[in-house]
Amino acid sequence: MKRIYLDHAATTPTAPEVAQAMLPYLSGVYGNASSLHSFGLEARTAVEEARARIASFMGAKPEEIVFTSGGTESDNFIIKGFALSRRNKGNHIITSSIEHHAVLETCKFLQGQGFSVTYLPVDENGLVNPDDVKKAITAETILISVMHGNNEIGTIEPIAEIGAVAREHGVAFHSDAVQTFGHIPIDVNDLQVDFLSVSAHKLYGPKGIGLTYVRNGMKIIPLLHGGDQERRRRASTLNIPGIVGFGRAVELAGSDMRAELSRQSVLRDRLASGLLSAVEDSRLNGHPIRRLPNNVNISFAFVEGEGLLLNLDMEGIAVSTGSACTSSSLEPSHVLAAIGLPVELAHGSLRFSLGRDTTQQDIERVLQVMPGIVYRLRAMSPLARKGATA
Amino acid sequence: MTQTGAYNDKVMDHFRNPRNVGELEHPDGVGTAGNPVCGDIMEISIQVEDDVIKDVRFRTFGCGAAIATSSMTTEMVKGKTIDEALAVSNKAVAEALGGLPPIKMHCSVLAEEALRSAIDDYRRRNGKS
Ligand code: FES
Repeated sequence: MKRIYLDHAATTPTAPEVAQAMLPYLSGVYGNASSLHSFGLEARTAVEEARARIASFMGAKPEEIVFTSGGTESDNFIIKGFALSRRNKGNHIITSSIEHHAVLETCKFLQGQGFSVTYLPVDENGLVNPDDVKKAITAETILISVMHGNNEIGTIEPIAEIGAVAREHGVAFHSDAVQTFGHIPIDVNDLQVDFLSVSAHKLYGPKGIGLTYVRNGMKIIPLLHGGDQERRRRASTLNIPGIVGFGRAVELAGSDMRAELSRQSVLRDRLASGLLSAVEDSRLNGHPIRRLPNNVNISFAFVEGEGLLLNLDMEGIAVSTGSACTSSSLEPSHVLAAIGLPVELAHGSLRFSLGRDTTQQDIERVLQVMPGIVYRLRAMSPLARKGATA
Repeated sequence: MTQTGAYNDKVMDHFRNPRNVGELEHPDGVGTAGNPVCGDIMEISIQVEDDVIKDVRFRTFGCGAAIATSSMTTEMVKGKTIDEALAVSNKAVAEALGGLPPIKMHCSVLAEEALRSAIDDYRRRNGKS
């Protein structure tokens, strides 16, 4: 049985070209990028090449890129580091109620440190209203953080509009772009962001490497103190193989992103409409149009997501209930709650996330097995309406 | 914890082929229970003759562990007297399944409570409580 991986939002398979590019840096080229000798120079050259390539891919300057260990670190670094650096200017942060936990938990931590945080609501499609952002700004506001694409329901937020509001009020603006970078075009100037968080393993790069975009002139207190690496914004010996792999992943994205964007969007729409018509009492979560090209999130009434997931897994199909990071938690997703989905429906939600390796046949296979799985579970559900379980 | 790998073969067997699913047409007792932790729901109906549970059916809206423990519970209490059935604890059910992941232990309470509520209902109908 061919296994079908539809959990690319959790992580993507490392591209063979990426692994290939990393290999020399796992053995032969082992210098420390901070060393002055030729071994160090080799490593340094590789890092700076990758940095320049990644920076130009997002319309940034190389010195505006700070490599980190991934999205979670980037979110922590920016929100904590910027809040601390502006502590004497104000204590108010604005974010949305559907952010990744790396943002929400960091904000909660800061609340414990005397900051105040506004969590903006979203509409039924998961959109943040830029007017709400504007209204929430006070004289104390120092930072706005709104994600680019939502990891659970795929909604793409109006980042450029929020960026314009932030500029107009002189407030710094951060966006978590972990789900979008390498999947849809990003230009830091078009989006009017001051900070971005990005993770390599969501775009076929290695795990354990990510970056923060920090606009020139933005002061930020490091999370890690120690050496002078990354212009003293992050101490720690650089992860050379990771950075090289990240650079290669971005190069690959540069060559196929636009083609994949339209190819995956077609498959996405086929999957969504196919499921909605094959299974009664199901609904699509997230924005119908403004959504990630690879995200389908569907609620199946009267059944529970884990049962669906286990049944699909037995068919060799890998999907996720809510976001991967929270799959051990019993609470229904905060994102589905924020769009107003009733708890029972939130419980029966699945996220299918497509990727480069997803084919039309994969989608047809899901459409073939899914109705049977749902109806089988409905037959044993006390919530199912009579007649809806046929 | 939602990976197949988190459950052992026995649990997966009961999840895949749950025993005694459905509703009895003429039950002597019906009970439901809701799990306050996760909001999941289970319903059990029993048929009792001479104080012995002759037949039992369940329906569950819940995770894999909830379905498997519901199924195992019905197997364990079928043919038992009411008192014997009441002595079947959620721990015993989890043990009979070869264990559950710790985070899923609370799911096994659902079946125990639904069964108790079905037995209460039976006793009420028969003026025994
Ligand atoms: S998580 Fe609700 S019964 Fe298991």
